Amino acid sequence: MKRGLDGPAPEERPTPAGRRNKQGIRIDPEVEATHDPRRTVISALVKHEPGVLSDVSGLFSRRQFNIESLTVGPTEDEERARITVVVEEPDPGIDQIKKQLRKLVPVISVRELEPDAMRRELALVKVAADRPDQVAAVADMYGGKTVDSCPETATIEITGTRQKIEAAVETFSQFGIREISRTGLTALARSTDETAAQSPAVGTEEMNRQDKHPHTQTADDD
Amino acid sequence: MSERAAKVTPAETDEQDDDQITDSAAPDAVTEPDADAASESTTEPVTNGAQSVVRALENAGVEYAFGVQGGAIMPVYDALYDSEIYHVTMAHEQAAAHAADAYGIVSGEPGICLATSGPGATNLVTGIADADMDSDPLVALTGQVPTAFVGNDAFQETDTTGVTKPVTKDNTFASDPDRVGSDVSEAFALAREGRPGPTLVDLPKDVTKSETDREPDEPKTPDTYHVQERANAEIVAAAAERLENATRPVMLLGGGVIKGEASEACREFAIEHEIPVITTMPGIGAFPEDHELSMEMAGMHGTGYANMAITHCDTMLAIGTRFDDRLTGGIETFAPDAEIIHVDIDPAEISKNIHADYPLIGDAETVVEQLSTAVETSPEAKKWRAQCQQWKSDYSMAYDAPEDEPVQPEFVVEALDEATADDTIVTTGVGQHQMWACQYWTYTEPRTWVSSHGLGTMGYGLPAAIGARLAADDDQDVVCIDGDGSFLMTLQELSVAVRENLDITVAVLNNEYIGMVRQWQDAFFGGRHAASDYNWMPEFDKLAEAFGAAGFRIDDYDDVAETIEEALAYDGPSVIDVHIDPDANVYPMVPSGGDNGQFALTEDQL
Ligand SMILES: Cc1ncc(C[n+]2csc(CCOP(=O)(O)OP(=O)(O)O)c2C)c(N)n1
Repeated sequence: MKRGLDGPAPEERPTPAGRRNKQGIRIDPEVEATHDPRRTVISALVKHEPGVLSDVSGLFSRRQFNIESLTVGPTEDEERARITVVVEEPDPGIDQIKKQLRKLVPVISVRELEPDAMRRELALVKVAADRPDQVAAVADMYGGKTVDSCPETATIEITGTRQKIEAAVETFSQFGIREISRTGLTALARSTDETAAQSPAVGTEEMNRQDKHPHTQTADDD
Repeated sequence: MSERAAKVTPAETDEQDDDQITDSAAPDAVTEPDADAASESTTEPVTNGAQSVVRALENAGVEYAFGVQGGAIMPVYDALYDSEIYHVTMAHEQAAAHAADAYGIVSGEPGICLATSGPGATNLVTGIADADMDSDPLVALTGQVPTAFVGNDAFQETDTTGVTKPVTKDNTFASDPDRVGSDVSEAFALAREGRPGPTLVDLPKDVTKSETDREPDEPKTPDTYHVQERANAEIVAAAAERLENATRPVMLLGGGVIKGEASEACREFAIEHEIPVITTMPGIGAFPEDHELSMEMAGMHGTGYANMAITHCDTMLAIGTRFDDRLTGGIETFAPDAEIIHVDIDPAEISKNIHADYPLIGDAETVVEQLSTAVETSPEAKKWRAQCQQWKSDYSMAYDAPEDEPVQPEFVVEALDEATADDTIVTTGVGQHQMWACQYWTYTEPRTWVSSHGLGTMGYGLPAAIGARLAADDDQDVVCIDGDGSFLMTLQELSVAVRENLDITVAVLNNEYIGMVRQWQDAFFGGRHAASDYNWMPEFDKLAEAFGAAGFRIDDYDDVAETIEEALAYDGPSVIDVHIDPDANVYPMVPSGGDNGQFALTEDQL
């Protein structure tokens, strides 16, 4: 008995000329684009309620988005919190992150920040205090503040861009670093530009845009 | 009695075992419901959280709820006792979720399932995940240990909101008796609106037992939830132009077309502009498969002609589909010449798997109407339509059924289809039988195909038939086409079908294999049948009788038509144990990640 169906075999069938890349984008000269990962900052305004941070972090882990840092804190409105996420993904991934975040019910609005946004991190660096003068000098150089000292250690607080903190840590390492604690990045858009708006309607236009990559520039710290 | 229950002091022993321990020890002792609450009609004011929960369901127009009792959910059941809502006690919570899911598919309104805390809630998870993958409207209400015990690993405690977060559209831990009714109303609204999906409200026992006179608010989504109804006009215009200029257009209709009640609009659009129509598996029923323009289902086990059309089109109007990998095969070879117009109510589906050249975010029906207005001239695609018809004859879904061979499954599916009316609802398990049920049944109406697509849950068929039966019109037939392996997973629900005297016909395509696995083993594992040979199957007809259902058996072709007729005529649940050819396999087949245009028609082509 016959097993299977009749019809021209695969090799007898016509095949189309086109092809897509891994991201489902058709490869033709006009739309061809290579998507290298870029680092960017996404800000989300969320309801300040229990579970929202786990909603957001769970979303990142189950969708396998590469997350570099995530910070959360209250805002001027006590019912709202702001979550700032640094991600490194190719453009289609960044688009997906924004859309998936918007889908979470407690999320009010989501925005990818312009490359010129203000970005800050805070670090506490505890170093050995064998050479207190030199430690103080390095702290000064980075605008740091000594927040604790004892005969054995000094703890310095530094705020600034990621690069600045990394540079400071590097310089402090000569004294022998005991411990470091860093907050991850928080950010706000410049001047009157709203970071992630109170109204969720903002962002809908961005989703409709046909030019699918609002920011091609990678966010370097200022 | 459990170990912990044994520790109850004598004074408490008149109370129900497990849950009462936690209750009596709770710091805030809660008031017992009014003794004469049972005589209160539903229009009386609510007196506790549980009544507010039930009132919320009543306000939402809920008629049926599916579930299993238990300690932590008991106050809700107590309130349901006085309600007009008909509660169907299931044998297992997984089945409660599937029944509610199917109820949601057939009726379009969220199905309701209930379970107690801990194991009750975890048993629901498969069904919730299934509804999530298929965007089916569902509301799950779970009992929880009293608030004061939450987080202490109390008896029958599970972090239910934590466990179900990734598989729900939204979930809530109810913490306030004054709010709990409104939490349920909101969950109902969220489950239904926009892209439907499952929602869950976890109900700590103290919250449902506590006094409250707060009536629930009307079902309304939270103010952070926004759905865009109309697509951006500029993109609609551009998409319309693209369609007008297409020479090889297709429409690809997904489950969203059915959920968005857009089947009628899509039919009109396709017929007016003579565009061949392909469906995804969840989209089955969105377009009549007996229509000339229908190419039926594409994808892994889609028809050869659908897969040729999807591969060779130059313009694809895809509506309400998430481009699942079972549909697309390898991304690189999916519709590689096509510009894609993608209509979806969920922005996150746009360009998730397949890049959309024309993203149209909005309600399927509304956007199709927008497109309808915008498209002024039909595409000139006469040659393409002729090509599609040619493919239909080149790759026809024909099979041999010689009298002296074991019964072929395709024949059984066709015989069932012939013996029933067009609006018959088909439910299935997962496996080969499910694919034959897609391929050899001719679907013409939306909401008549009820299956587990995204999650692919074996055991879905029978509980889904129960839910579908209760949602269907009385004169509509409900047929479950099941596999022996799938049936075995939830067949205890036959007891429910018998108790409720539900007129359901189950045809178990019994190959004594978990056949789809055996098919893959034959193709890709050198025929090594590791753990797929189920030659220890019970006699399903006798088993059905043991449950109080009618049992039938088919061994050869002579029995087929007559037995099917008898089983359908039986007023109540009936099971036909159909002994099919154990070696039958499903074709065409696109190996996973393969090129849809390169589907195999026989085993040697794999
Ligand atoms: C709950 C669950 N477990 C395992 C699987 C993997 N699986 C997919 S199809 C299949 C075989 C199904 O066998 P059966 O129900 O007898 O149907 P048949 O393929 O023989 O028609 C299995 C085991 C699944 N889909 N669901």
